[in-house]
Amino acid sequence: MLDSKIPAGPLDQKWTDYKGHCKLVNPANKRKLEVIVVGTGLAGASAAASLGELGYQVKAFCFQDSPRRAHSIAAQGGINAAKNYQNDGDSVFRLFYDTIKGGDYRAREANVHRLAEVSVNIIDQCVAQGVPFAREYGGLLNNRSFGGTQVKRTFYAAGQTGQQLLIGAYQALERQVALGKVKMYTRHEMLDVVVIDGKARGIICRNLITGELERHFGHAVLLCTGGYGNVFYLSTNAMGSNVTAAWKAHKKGAYFANPCFTQIHPTCIPVSGDHQSKLTLMSESLRNDGRIWVPAKLGDKRAANDIPEEERDYFLERRYPAFGNLVPRDVASRAAKERCDAGYGVGTTGQAVYLDFKFNLINKYGKAEANKLGIQNPDTATLIRLGKEVVKEEYGNLFDMYEKITGENPYEVPMRIYPAVHYTMGGLWVDYELMTSVKGLYALGEANFSDHGANRLGASALMQGLADGYFVIPYTIGNYLADEIATKPIPTEHPAFAEAEQKVADRINTLLSIKGNQTVESFHKRLGRIMWEQCGMARSEQGLKKAIEDIRQLKKEFWSDVRIPGQVNEMNPELDKAGRVADFIELGELMCLDALDRKESCGGHFREESQTEEGEALRDDQQYAYVAAWGYQSDSQWQLNKEPLLFDVAKPSQRSYK
Amino acid sequence: MQHYNMNLTLKVWRQKNAADKGHFETYPVKNISSEMSFLEMIDVLNEQLIKEGKEPIAFDHDCREGICGMCSMYINGRPHGPWQHNTTCQLHMRAYQDGDTIVVEPWRANAFPVVKDLMVDRSAFDRIIQAGGYISVNTGNAVDANATPIEKDKADDAFAAAACIGCGACVAACKNSSAMLFVGAKVSHLALLPQGSPERKSRAVNMVAQMDKEGFGACTNTGACEAVCPKGISIENIARLNREYMMAGLTEDK
Ligand SMILES: Cc1cc2nc3c(=O)[nH]c(=O)nc-3n(C[C@H](O)[C@H](O)[C@H](O)COP(=O)(O)OP(=O)(O)OC[C@H]3O[C@@H](n4cnc5c(N)ncnc54)[C@H](O)[C@@H]3O)c2cc1C
Ligand code: SF4
Ligand code: FES
Repeated sequence: MLDSKIPAGPLDQKWTDYKGHCKLVNPANKRKLEVIVVGTGLAGASAAASLGELGYQVKAFCFQDSPRRAHSIAAQGGINAAKNYQNDGDSVFRLFYDTIKGGDYRAREANVHRLAEVSVNIIDQCVAQGVPFAREYGGLLNNRSFGGTQVKRTFYAAGQTGQQLLIGAYQALERQVALGKVKMYTRHEMLDVVVIDGKARGIICRNLITGELERHFGHAVLLCTGGYGNVFYLSTNAMGSNVTAAWKAHKKGAYFANPCFTQIHPTCIPVSGDHQSKLTLMSESLRNDGRIWVPAKLGDKRAANDIPEEERDYFLERRYPAFGNLVPRDVASRAAKERCDAGYGVGTTGQAVYLDFKFNLINKYGKAEANKLGIQNPDTATLIRLGKEVVKEEYGNLFDMYEKITGENPYEVPMRIYPAVHYTMGGLWVDYELMTSVKGLYALGEANFSDHGANRLGASALMQGLADGYFVIPYTIGNYLADEIATKPIPTEHPAFAEAEQKVADRINTLLSIKGNQTVESFHKRLGRIMWEQCGMARSEQGLKKAIEDIRQLKKEFWSDVRIPGQVNEMNPELDKAGRVADFIELGELMCLDALDRKESCGGHFREESQTEEGEALRDDQQYAYVAAWGYQSDSQWQLNKEPLLFDVAKPSQRSYK
Repeated sequence: MQHYNMNLTLKVWRQKNAADKGHFETYPVKNISSEMSFLEMIDVLNEQLIKEGKEPIAFDHDCREGICGMCSMYINGRPHGPWQHNTTCQLHMRAYQDGDTIVVEPWRANAFPVVKDLMVDRSAFDRIIQAGGYISVNTGNAVDANATPIEKDKADDAFAAAACIGCGACVAACKNSSAMLFVGAKVSHLALLPQGSPERKSRAVNMVAQMDKEGFGACTNTGACEAVCPKGISIENIARLNREYMMAGLTEDK
């Protein structure tokens, strides 16, 4: 029943063959076809711009006041591409292989290979648009390393890579707006997909300023609405990031794949108190130059700088000598948790480890600069001064951010960091063409599940978002729309539109009429706590079962006691938030169900019952080498569809970074 | 860091919608931790207001990391509050002491009409970008990224200008509500790169024309914009914009 539509032929020829044989739409017909793009982050902005350039009539939507503010803007460290500019042995195959292995053999080979292939075009495209990537003195592009790889293939713009890439895509999008090819709707939230005769034909959305519901027709609908990490309440995601669009699609028939695959990022600023509204990432790129450690002695309360070298435990370097501080995220997060659980954690809460730059600041950068300047036998103070300059150039904005939040200067004292929810590998199930299980409904970027398996490697989300939007969807959508050229735009008076709008209106009115006692925020916090405790870094059968019960209880309470102030026909952020939290509650239940069903450990999904003697994640390829694609049936009822994963080229093995 | 708690008085601009006249309301807030961010303090107040059956304060925010440019509060007479190179969301309460009174207003500028309370409409910035703030290159037409080396200094300067987050603090700080720093940053980012060169002239002319059309004021070089810009966008970018504009005017062909 699940047809992933993977083209036949050898892995490295599939995409070329597909492009050579897929159906095309001629320019005159493209002008008659309308495409709806929901979300204008990297995936959505690049898709909307590219489809506009091709001649389709595009309508694009986002809930912020401008497409330039999508959550992609916050990505820090970089974007991967198999350019091999460093001549260090990189290739399309290696990027493919690293991604499959990093994902702990739970991603689809064909999709990942295509991603690696188009990665090189992304960098070319971005540079042509004026993205100011970091450069060497010779004027060529610079690279840094990220976790889970042994080559330098990450392109970056200080700690603001997402910002620069999104501005590039945003400008391309605004150019199409100016040309009349794309019509942009900001401060609009999509609240349902309209399906007619089994095909996605439009959306219902709310104008967030006036509160009015609107109907929009499209021959096809693209969801580029990002990830759902905020189901945990505290995460590194932006405050508005949500699952609503994907969830509405799910309820209209789109399968949700691997919902429990969540990425917990090892290096984030720790929680400081109950007031905390979000967590802040300290980019993985910092692990290029920062060394992670805790005191070797239990109960060592000395200040970090007073603890001598030999009394520090560089636990990643100790446990994983081959990759050291650059092991993948899931491995690094669990190792930090293990040390903190064992009592070695630092800071007031004991829930933190050190990320220390002093060694490389002096030995790597300080010495290199001193050499360049011809300073003989420089003293430590000089080395520190010189090293600081370089570190500032590489990561200045991150160091500043750390200081603003914590009041401590990370050039002087090591950062304190702890793992936090960061990214969701799960998402809407899509086939090779990025189409969901509803015809004509596509999912791109973090909103889909396709490329990262059970753990995403750093700097690969930006790559995937832009690959989907610039280089994949322009081909695959044509293969569908070629058969739609005779379909006239469906008037939005159609009963399917009316019915969908009525349902959305009813739900909003129900929410507003509850007039209970508890705030939306308080429900969200409680949901987050359940999820973090039972469906976070470690999961167990018992815990997950309890979580499911707790969530069902929370849902009942929400629908009988939530208090939403204000009216329906006005700007009402609490109402918007309430709708999103209601969807998160339902999603939370499905995530726990999925985690319960997958009794193996893999990547970011760690089942306590399934680990090696050394505490590493233990996969079970016999039973679980599949994508779990859940179909919605009714309230709290789902049907599990399995897409078997076949590995013809990258043969699964126990992942080792030792 | 030593942390402490404080009680504060907030005077906040309340305005139901664009048509409403608007007024200040005064609210006491208690037990605010110095470790909270400014917006977390507003969150606390909003929870309190909801519980009291009142309407919470509407404000724009999203990333809370100082990068999306969405947050926009005019705090005690200064956009984004007292810290240098900072956004409202990254302002932390250790900037204040027990007993302080804090006045919070929206950005004030004709080109940024108030949507509700502290939220304003900054779509004028998007329209300025539409007028030419891009490089016209369709997807798939690019040459190899290393085909054109770019001097590191130039690339770094372009990056520094491209770091603008489009928040509009520069406009809010300027007595003329000029958008020259924002426009200068974009024109500089693209003009400094060889890829942006072919469209240099039309870009400067068209973006400035759109800026005028949107109702932003003239620049009288007071430097208030640079002083409050959270990303440290240099006023040199305005000088560069002026040069680009002049050059475009001096040459006949476009
Ligand atoms: C702090 C941080 C740092 C990161 N750093 C890196 C990095 O260095 N490298 C890397 O590769 N990845 C990084 N990532 C991950 C990466 O940034 C994201 O996965 C990626 O940007 C997601 O892009 P997207 O286009 O899929 O979605 P988003 O950028 O999240 O965009 C979602 C869009 O959908 C819209 N939307 C959502 N719901 C609705 C709705 N219901 N109606 C209308 N519109 C809606 C939003 O308005 C927005 O426009 C980072 C993530 C975080 C949190
Ligand atoms: S120039 Fe500075 S103040 Fe003005 S919009 Fe850009 S970042 Fe904000
Ligand atoms: S909320 Fe994004 S910059 Fe302040």
